[in-house]
Amino acid sequence: MAHKPASPDTLAKYLLLNAERFKGRPSMRHKDYGIWQSWTWDQQCEEVRAFSLGLQAIGFKRGDRIAVIGTNRPRLYWTFIAAQALGGVPVPVYADSVAEEMAYVLDHAEVKYAVVEDQEQVDKLLSVAGDVPRLTEIIYDEPRGLRDYDHTHLHNYAQVRAKGLEILEREPNAAVRFEAEVAQGSGSDLGVMLYTSGTTGRPKGVMLSNESLVRSALNGNRFDNLSENENVIAYLPLAWVGDHVFSVAQAHTAGFCVSCPESQETVNEDRREIAPTYFFAPPRVFETLLTQIMVRMEDAGRIKKKMFDYFLAHARKVGEPILDGKTVGLKDRLLYSLGEFFVYGPLKNRLGFSRLRVGYTAGEAIGPELFRFYRSIGLNLKQLYGQTEACVYITAQPDGGIKPETVGLPSPEVEIRIAENGEVMYRSPGVFMGYYKNDEATRETKTPDGWVHTGDAGFLDSDGQLRIIDRAKDVGKLADGSLFAPKYIENALKFFPEIKEVVAFGHEREFCAAFINIDLTAVGNWAERNNIAYASYQELAGHPRVYETIAQHVAEANRKLAAEPLMAGSQVRRFLVLHKELDADDGELTRTQKVRRSFIADRYGELIEALYDGSSEKYVETQVTYEDGRKGIIRATVRIEDAEVFPYDSPVMEAAE
Amino acid sequence: MNMRADPETMQVREDNDILLDVRNVSLSFGGVKAITDISLNVKQGEIRAIIGPNGAGKTSMLNVINGFYTPQEGTIIFRGKERRSMKPHEAVGQGIARTFQNVALFKGMSTLDNIMAGRSVMMKRNMLWQMLWQGPALNEEIEHREKVEEIIDFLEIQHIRRTPVGKLPYGLQKRVELGRALAMEPSLLLLDEPMAGMNLEEKEDMSRFIIDVNQQRGTTIALIEHDMGVVMDLSDRVVVLDYGKKIADGTPDEVKNNQDVIDAYLGVPH
Repeated sequence: MAHKPASPDTLAKYLLLNAERFKGRPSMRHKDYGIWQSWTWDQQCEEVRAFSLGLQAIGFKRGDRIAVIGTNRPRLYWTFIAAQALGGVPVPVYADSVAEEMAYVLDHAEVKYAVVEDQEQVDKLLSVAGDVPRLTEIIYDEPRGLRDYDHTHLHNYAQVRAKGLEILEREPNAAVRFEAEVAQGSGSDLGVMLYTSGTTGRPKGVMLSNESLVRSALNGNRFDNLSENENVIAYLPLAWVGDHVFSVAQAHTAGFCVSCPESQETVNEDRREIAPTYFFAPPRVFETLLTQIMVRMEDAGRIKKKMFDYFLAHARKVGEPILDGKTVGLKDRLLYSLGEFFVYGPLKNRLGFSRLRVGYTAGEAIGPELFRFYRSIGLNLKQLYGQTEACVYITAQPDGGIKPETVGLPSPEVEIRIAENGEVMYRSPGVFMGYYKNDEATRETKTPDGWVHTGDAGFLDSDGQLRIIDRAKDVGKLADGSLFAPKYIENALKFFPEIKEVVAFGHEREFCAAFINIDLTAVGNWAERNNIAYASYQELAGHPRVYETIAQHVAEANRKLAAEPLMAGSQVRRFLVLHKELDADDGELTRTQKVRRSFIADRYGELIEALYDGSSEKYVETQVTYEDGRKGIIRATVRIEDAEVFPYDSPVMEAAE
Repeated sequence: MNMRADPETMQVREDNDILLDVRNVSLSFGGVKAITDISLNVKQGEIRAIIGPNGAGKTSMLNVINGFYTPQEGTIIFRGKERRSMKPHEAVGQGIARTFQNVALFKGMSTLDNIMAGRSVMMKRNMLWQMLWQGPALNEEIEHREKVEEIIDFLEIQHIRRTPVGKLPYGLQKRVELGRALAMEPSLLLLDEPMAGMNLEEKEDMSRFIIDVNQQRGTTIALIEHDMGVVMDLSDRVVVLDYGKKIADGTPDEVKNNQDVIDAYLGVPH
């Protein structure tokens, strides 16, 4: 046996270690032909070794790039380690990207080899072969439909693997040679390249070193006490850093078992069968699951439905405190146990969460209602704030100390600081090496001493938990220099059901002011109940009683803002209720219903001036587009009101560093 | 980098054996002549299409081939054996399986059970063993289940394995029906309008499965289809019927340019 260092610094070294320390324990499962097929760590090590030697036999060398394209399948996961064992660099690519997108990434990453799932991916690669001149060998997992293809540069995974086995049989020192290759790898080597999908511009290749992956994974394991006893289901894209860290890095460092679903459509069923102990999903997954349950409950019998509603209401009341280990009265506890037996338990079983110990949601902010629902039925769901550039972990919510509005405490070994412009910056062992062949972007993102710009503005609250308020580029400053985060203020106001949309102003102004759109459904309903007659949106929006209600809400939001040192300066001092609904047809919202701030500032310039010049009303004419495309003019006199503000201590700007 | 095999060479079929030969078949119901003196053959390993306007006798032809109808005249030679009349279950025994124009599945049964039913003809154990569901019968069941799982995997219907087929959308039901026919491991597969009522995406999926069945499993296929685009893309040879008579027979290109075919489809002024 080759010498092994005490603490491995690459995942390939962990594989060799696991083959010994977790011999006989499951490492990978895959549902195929309706049955869970499994491999143990020692078998997985043999699989990886065979494929690795086979790769070498078809010319794979240290430093070569190998693309991995497909859904979550054992052989694709093994490719990562097989390539890393030889000192190669895997480059996972989103399997659903179109051929041209794929060509850009493959060419940029200088990929020579590609391991792909099936004919669909092979066809895509062949169609762009001209744009990716370096790509020479393609290996596929699923042979269906590929029989008649020219196989000079196309290989069946099974044959490459067989080639490796043959070498092992023929050459007595092949196994030793493989271990020597693994031993040559070091922590500082480039381990994997992950391309960020990037909403703007071309995708960037984030280079992560072996050591970054290993240490981030170990820190994550420690934070959540992950051991070889965990069970996870791998269903998120391979090219996404989350899946890479959870299903590859953490699985290897902790030694737990990763299960691959039968197909993308069977994930929910498969998860039920596996019952993962550690689970990770973007908010939309939790949302879909909840919707499915609610829809099914609508069809349930009356008694069942009643019971369901009753116990869920009870869970909302005491579920979270019980989960957090707080003191809860005996009666409530007993009732909750009863609920667990009749409702929560079966529900969790249906969701496949019966054994869930730690669940994470990340990627975007999760709705508080949704988050609370899962926690109230006893699932330890937490939020995580991470980036590809950080090997995922920046902050995570600790067990028992969850504040829904924050994204938690800095993860182990992660330092966080808030830059002068309010941007969150971090430094950790997980920080990326740089963007591949893009020094300019690297310099913009990462300082020479290793701090990384997140692009998000936020602050650390009194408990040291991070709260994200907005994209850093949207955050401005009031005239007195205090922070102005429009989205934060808007969200505080939009919390009220009567308020549909808000546009806050304040950048380089004396104070913060806002346009408010009422929600016609909620306010209309209220008007009906209070016998207020109205003929149009415009009339309702200008109604004195509506203004009264909105003024109360603004005051309430201001009270909350006043309690937060950084935000207290941006209390809304003046507001108006807009005479028309903001509409995508008029270009005021994007098609995804996001406010187009600069466009609105242009269009309603007069109204903004009126907010700041002290006038109490303003006559405006606004052009509108009707649904059939005709244009019209709305004329209105819009009232402007002062809002109640609350006293606060002047903000103590956190000194940088 | 050119990895794709030359399409020209792919088309060449070394095995020109005739699997099914229909000679001068006529079929009538009372005074109505459904099929008049038609001859056609199906070669080993090909995809053969039978097309024609409504009422041309396509389905009758298919029913003659699989023994549901007995023709008054003519002979049918399947795998070198001549036969005049045959019961549908005998056709199955000889290796002919089919799907139907209107889906004919057991609606209340799951996908798995429906496909499993397709294998019942091959279960050899006697009823007693099967009732006990022990020993040889159990082993046999496992063996058949394995084959069925292969088909489920092949047709990518894992996610509906346990779903009663009545609850499935039409396109998927058609796929399950194909699965049941495949479960019989036929040497000749008859498809009666496999793409009727499907949307474009479902048609593309189904076309791919038909080609895969033909290429991967080496199954000879005879199909009836209305969608001309699909027929021309899929088939190796096409036979065209009109009013129970054969009006053309040849490769898709030959048929497409045949004046009789154009007339039959577009109509001619009389």
